Amino acid sequence: MTLEVGSGLTIGLILGTVIVVAAMLIWVERRLLSFWQERLGPNRVGPFGLLQVVADMIKIFTKEDWVPPFADRFSFVLAPAIIMTVILLSFAVIPFGPNVGVVESNIGVLFILAMASLGAYSVMLGGLSSDNKYALLGSLRAAAQMVSYEVFMGISLLGVVALSGSFNLRTIVEAQEGMWFFIPQFIGFVIFLIAGVAESHRLPFDIPEAEQEICAGYHTEYSGMKFGMFFVGEYLGLVLVSSLITVLFFGGWMGPSFLPPIVWFALKSGVFIAFFILLRAAIPRPRYDQLMSYGWLFLLPLSLINLLVTGAIILST
Amino acid sequence: MMQSAQISTPAAATGNALVTQVLRDFGDRILAVQPTCDGMPTFWVDRKDIKALLKSLRDHSTPRFEMLFDVTGIDERVRVHRDGQPAAEFTVVYHLMSFSGNSDVRVKVPLQDADLKLPTVIDLWPSANWYERETWDMFGIEFEGHPNLYRIVLPPTWEGHALRKEHPARATEMEPFSLDDDQEAFEQEALLFKPEEWGMKRKSDTSEFMFLNLGPNHPSVHGAFRIALQLDGEILVDAVPDIGYHHRGAEKMGERQSWHTFIPYTDRIDYLGGVLNNLPYVMAVEKMAGIEVPERVKTIRIMLSEMFRICSHLLFYGTFAQDVGQLSPIFYMFVERERIFNIIESICGARMHPGWFRIGGVAQDLPNGWETRVRELLEFMPQRLDEYDQMVMNNGIVKRRTQGIGAYETQQAYDWAVTGPGLRATGLEWDFRKQRPYSGYENFDFDVPIAVNGDCYDRCAIRVEEMRQSLRIIKQCVDNMPAGDYKADHPLTTPPRKEKTMQDIETLINHFLSVSWGPVIPPDEVTVAVEATKGINSYYLVSDGSTTSYRTRIRTPSFAHLQMIPEISRGFMVADLIAIIASIDFVMADVDR
Repeated sequence: MTLEVGSGLTIGLILGTVIVVAAMLIWVERRLLSFWQERLGPNRVGPFGLLQVVADMIKIFTKEDWVPPFADRFSFVLAPAIIMTVILLSFAVIPFGPNVGVVESNIGVLFILAMASLGAYSVMLGGLSSDNKYALLGSLRAAAQMVSYEVFMGISLLGVVALSGSFNLRTIVEAQEGMWFFIPQFIGFVIFLIAGVAESHRLPFDIPEAEQEICAGYHTEYSGMKFGMFFVGEYLGLVLVSSLITVLFFGGWMGPSFLPPIVWFALKSGVFIAFFILLRAAIPRPRYDQLMSYGWLFLLPLSLINLLVTGAIILST
Repeated sequence: MMQSAQISTPAAATGNALVTQVLRDFGDRILAVQPTCDGMPTFWVDRKDIKALLKSLRDHSTPRFEMLFDVTGIDERVRVHRDGQPAAEFTVVYHLMSFSGNSDVRVKVPLQDADLKLPTVIDLWPSANWYERETWDMFGIEFEGHPNLYRIVLPPTWEGHALRKEHPARATEMEPFSLDDDQEAFEQEALLFKPEEWGMKRKSDTSEFMFLNLGPNHPSVHGAFRIALQLDGEILVDAVPDIGYHHRGAEKMGERQSWHTFIPYTDRIDYLGGVLNNLPYVMAVEKMAGIEVPERVKTIRIMLSEMFRICSHLLFYGTFAQDVGQLSPIFYMFVERERIFNIIESICGARMHPGWFRIGGVAQDLPNGWETRVRELLEFMPQRLDEYDQMVMNNGIVKRRTQGIGAYETQQAYDWAVTGPGLRATGLEWDFRKQRPYSGYENFDFDVPIAVNGDCYDRCAIRVEEMRQSLRIIKQCVDNMPAGDYKADHPLTTPPRKEKTMQDIETLINHFLSVSWGPVIPPDEVTVAVEATKGINSYYLVSDGSTTSYRTRIRTPSFAHLQMIPEISRGFMVADLIAIIASIDFVMADVDR
């Protein structure tokens, strides 16, 4: 039995793996953070605390699933479902290996950007429907942050698209046969990385849910599994951004043949996941307006110049 | 008595000059000049003259008294020893501080229970606002002209005034507490923030304001503390800090516990300060009792106080970084804190609240081998502090988040009774340990760090440097620990050293009395202040010649500092407010007492 793109088995495996990886990341993040912060982290449940995730899951599933009486029930329930759905859908166009993927899409890059835009609705609806002032502040911040950072995210990708001549992610990986795109597109890579952190709103860009300022921001009123979906959604987003960086700038599944392609893909993504966790341990949070002006006044011109130079080089060769 | 003579001489000299000056200017409007054992000039004045006298002390006297350090009351109705004091059922006490002249003055106003009124002094010092509210809350004394004379420390629905002598001190003296649904709804309603009460508008010409309850439970308010924010978008228009959620009635307990058994309560005032809280209290009692403690006691006290100062500053440093979104430093800093607590534990037997100082000494002598562990700390810590500089103070984002945020000038600090690092960050080199050395600080070589901008970053930088200075002091303690007794040889030392009781009947009797009743302190009044972790902490004790204090006033720095929050945070964003709150370094137990 071989894996092929779009077969039921492949889809099942990808879905299962992605969700399990996202859940395990809760443990990975807590252990890595502890390691960097001179403490132990969860090490009691199972070997190395690995079963901590199971314990967390049992807890979160059995918690009272409370909807505040003052909330708008429909959108309150819808919001966490949106984030899970759009991020899982985004994985459909990611080429995990030469034969591994869900669909072949000629508009893969556009599809992912579209899904990322939809993801903003989840955060906004979650905050607005809660009818809580902290949630409102959180969703206002989220809306502004996600909408602005999508702009740079899109533009930073265009260099890659121009170099490979395709919106198809599989073609983009194959176009990196000679040289991974992070070399010619280094600026694009850095901007995408920053925008990626902002899109998945993790520290230092966790402004929509900045605990020290607005409690938990847009998901202040959420509990039980609905909160769990936001929580796992954040980790899914982390996996997605790491996979995208691998695909777009680091040659996807490509690597020396002593390891199978899918392992290369996993390793590369793993490095970026760890990098994102390290960022969280290391960097303080800028203020909301500082983040905005940093985006519009610095990243936007930089990504436009990057695109202009890339275009000029392609035209002249 | 040698030590108190040394220290009080300069203060007494200015005191006498001041008395002459005030008597010349105010003549028979001064009802009495009361002698107290701390040598602080104490004037009695009628309420119609109080504003004129305070204004003259602020603006015209030599030296000028820039700061209203404290305002409080005394219920005089059952006080026996009031020789030479004007007739009063209640007294309002104003404590002013002069930084230019390095001296203090106390002004008292006699009042009768039937007519508890006097004018507010908010127009002279804005800091009077909370102090007057507290005095009203606790004694029912009305300050005419006060804009918001509401309850501040007790709940808004409280009946009675807690520090009046007829108010019960124990829960067992009251009806058992119960809270039914109606009562709960009533209490909730009373806690609702009503902007109109604070003179706030609900909308401006362009937008409708949002009123946000930050607290009483919020990740960044460091305890149970509420600030009602008036927001225009994320911009702070105004704020109303609301305190009292951590109130335990420490001052009332002071009137109930014996002089000795109150010591552990002081530990829990600034619960990060540990034995540093015991220090002003035991020194105040010792001053009234006339106890002169041995040099060894002084040095031990200084060493432990400085250790607690480092512990407190480390916690501040870590939470400050965390409040601007830096996740890791607090975990590193807890490593050192743990090390210091281990040393403290091996000396005192407890970690955060050892309650280890005693009237006339400390509880035990230092254990064998204590120097080794302290020296390890002295070697280990400086390099870690340098690492934290790299991690926090030199971090670009931390700088952008905190520089220029929440800045104030020295004059504002005077107006709002800000002391400690918050005052030194404005550029005033004024440290109690240097200006009025107590417990032997004059023998130590250390510097007082100052900064110039008075913003959040500077307030943090000062504390970082203070930790280095504290390490210097601890090193000098280790190098020069004097030999001698760990308790003074004085009948009021509590408890006296047991070994000596078997040698003569006098000591045996004293021991028996002081462990059964507790010591009887002669009638007097005294204020002793120290440079605590967060600013100047002072104890104003009134003894009526009994085994308990007649009035225990605990003046804490955090109380004054919180009052300033609206003044320094208007126009900033919510995220800045969090940085400002973090930079103030308060503990709610220290605010509410």
